[in-house]
Amino acid sequence: MSKDNLILDKLTSSEYKYGFETNIENDSAPKGLNEDIVRLISSKKDEPEWMLEWRLKAFKKWQSLTEPKWPNVKYPEIDYQNIIYYSAPKQQVSLDSLDDVDPELRRTFEKLGISLDEQKRLTGVAVDAIIDSVSVATTFKDKLAELGIIFCSFNEAVHNHPDLVRKYMGSVVPMNDNYFATLNSAVFSDGSFCYIPKGVRCPMELSTYFRINAANTGQFERTLIIAEEGSYVSYLEGCTAPSRDENQLHAAIVEIIAAKNAEIKYSTVQNWYPGNKEGVGGVYNFVTKRGLCEGNGSKISWTQVETGSAITWKYPSCILKGDNSIGEFYSVAVTNNMQQADTGSKMIHIGKNTKSRIVSKGVSAGSSQNSYRGLVQVLPRAVNARNFSQCDSLLMGDKCGAHTFPYIETRNSTAHIEHEATTSKIGEDQIFYCNQRGIDTEDAVALIVNGYCKEVLNKLPMEFAVEAQKLLALTLEGSVG
Amino acid sequence: MLIIDNLKASIEEKQILKGINLQIKAGEVHAIMGPNGSGKSTLASVLAGRDSYDVSDGSVSFLGKDLLDMTPELRAREGLFLAFQYPIEIPGVSSTNFLKAAVNKIREHRGQDAMDAVTFLKLIKEKMKLVEIDQSLLSRSLNDGFSGGEKKRNEIFQMAVLEPRLAILDETDSGLDIDALRIVANGVNTLRNKDNATVIVTHYQRLLDYIIPDFVHVLYDGKIVKSGTKELALELEEKGYDWIREDEQVTS
Ligand SMILES: Nc1ncnc2c1ncn2[C@@H]1O[C@H](COP(=O)(O)OP(=O)(O)O)[C@@H](O)[C@H]1O
Ligand SMILES: [Mg+2]
Repeated sequence: MSKDNLILDKLTSSEYKYGFETNIENDSAPKGLNEDIVRLISSKKDEPEWMLEWRLKAFKKWQSLTEPKWPNVKYPEIDYQNIIYYSAPKQQVSLDSLDDVDPELRRTFEKLGISLDEQKRLTGVAVDAIIDSVSVATTFKDKLAELGIIFCSFNEAVHNHPDLVRKYMGSVVPMNDNYFATLNSAVFSDGSFCYIPKGVRCPMELSTYFRINAANTGQFERTLIIAEEGSYVSYLEGCTAPSRDENQLHAAIVEIIAAKNAEIKYSTVQNWYPGNKEGVGGVYNFVTKRGLCEGNGSKISWTQVETGSAITWKYPSCILKGDNSIGEFYSVAVTNNMQQADTGSKMIHIGKNTKSRIVSKGVSAGSSQNSYRGLVQVLPRAVNARNFSQCDSLLMGDKCGAHTFPYIETRNSTAHIEHEATTSKIGEDQIFYCNQRGIDTEDAVALIVNGYCKEVLNKLPMEFAVEAQKLLALTLEGSVG
Repeated sequence: MLIIDNLKASIEEKQILKGINLQIKAGEVHAIMGPNGSGKSTLASVLAGRDSYDVSDGSVSFLGKDLLDMTPELRAREGLFLAFQYPIEIPGVSSTNFLKAAVNKIREHRGQDAMDAVTFLKLIKEKMKLVEIDQSLLSRSLNDGFSGGEKKRNEIFQMAVLEPRLAILDETDSGLDIDALRIVANGVNTLRNKDNATVIVTHYQRLLDYIIPDFVHVLYDGKIVKSGTKELALELEEKGYDWIREDEQVTS
């Protein structure tokens, strides 16, 4: 191995920082999946009949489906009967105030750098914390309620806002959309719900932190965001999990709907446990995220920084139905060691003068595989549709792989589609140049990678951007040196 | 400040430096001249710590410490600066950010606190004037799409900000028009003081009209075959390297 590669090798082999486990009592369902489990989940949540029926319908459908094999990832057969589909921290009475949160749980979130306290008011972030599929605390509910904004757990929404849930759930990601979405529809345990009324600009970032804690537990949460006419919201999602030898399944659904002239920014910093250096353990992150630009002039922006998970399978997409609507996707996907990522976006142009933009930055190190997969589809009615896609890959060392699968389908000749792709390597020259100015190799790599990802990181809300930068450095720590 | 003793180095089994001896004291300016391929850049790279070269013999002491024992970043933090013959491009990283990281690493090494943004910007502004470099260049990606002259000027700008003890300028003059040459020379002259030293690597004597060296050395086939004062540079200019070549053949 050349010196250059030895260097890269070392830098990409750091330890996962969030791998601790919290000792809290759990209330868990037995392993395995059948109709009774679905019923159990529903009854644990005290759900209305319509919700149970929905789940059962999804479960029936799921039984007739098979797992997709087209992603460019490899993993052993998942035994769906060896997974626990419901686990909740025992403390389950509804919480009146944050002071009621189990201190052990509170410490968990503190360790993760997430404060559930009032001080978050200063930074202007409202937080919904979800541990092992159950929402444990939502902050600032009252303050938001004054504006008519609803920000609560999915389960609460099912009880308190059934009309909204029934109207929108499954309207963007249908129950039978794909294998993992259907599974989620049957067994989802909780998630976040957010509704911004007409004309309201949400004054703070809304944020959900997901944490898998219990062993052998799948996490299946759903997020539903609705922005009414002329409203605006910026939503953040962060995730971590303990280090475990067995793989954990995370199959989530995010549905977002933007009405006329509404704008939704959805940012994710995903740092699920990636497994160890040899590829043992780690989260399988199989997620369906889709936004509907329903009204004219609406806009949906996805920004993601993906550093975790053993396997990522995820394509946040926009359906540009309204005329003049805009969809954006900004992504940084970092894979190291044995990680595999197959991620990208779909932009479906339906309305006139719709615009979309895809900026994807892949960084591959170690023996990882990083694929971009994107679809730009222009339907016949979409006069003057525009798309610009930029897919860059940065390679560290010579054992990793970067792949690009761009698909373009145009059924309107006025469409204007541009696609650019580049592949580059962090060069020994660049590192030496930094070294010669006093910057050590690890910092040099962080500097170069951050520079490469700048366009995407700039799209994140300030607080998150700083976190994401640190995370990039941390993920690549030990991959050069 | 720098004592090079019988330094021998090779790359890919090919010996390039064949026993270099050189002493540089604080306050001095040395010029190293020599034909293409004689090993000037190799010497500069070996001193800076590039690891593709193998040092087979000799020693180098820098400010009383064993230079060859240090990592490249440590050498830089101790005050060694190399202005690259071919500066490297780093897309997405602005010169300003890059320099800020460098300044703070060096300060950390010296036990100083990181420089705050305001002080740093003041420093940058001051040094920008010195080398007449434009703000817009500094906010662009480092060396990315810079012209040859802009890259060279940016190297000198970095030197001005980092204030090294020993600066090695590898062919900084090549690719510069006469105005830029004057600006670069002016920068070097202004920064010159009794505590630092400069090594100017060049194969034209042109730059030496602006920066007057205390000593001139001729590097030929991996060895310093002649040393003298600035008159030697003029003599070289007049007679060409063939003169040294013939001389060398007579003596060896
Ligand atoms: N990476 C390399 N591999 C093999 N030979 C090299 C390499 N770099 C430089 N050389 C050789 O070393 C010799 C000296 O080069 P260099 O130090 O760049 O000379 P100068 O700077 O004096 O023009 C040349 O013969 C050159 O071909
Ligand atoms: Mg040279």
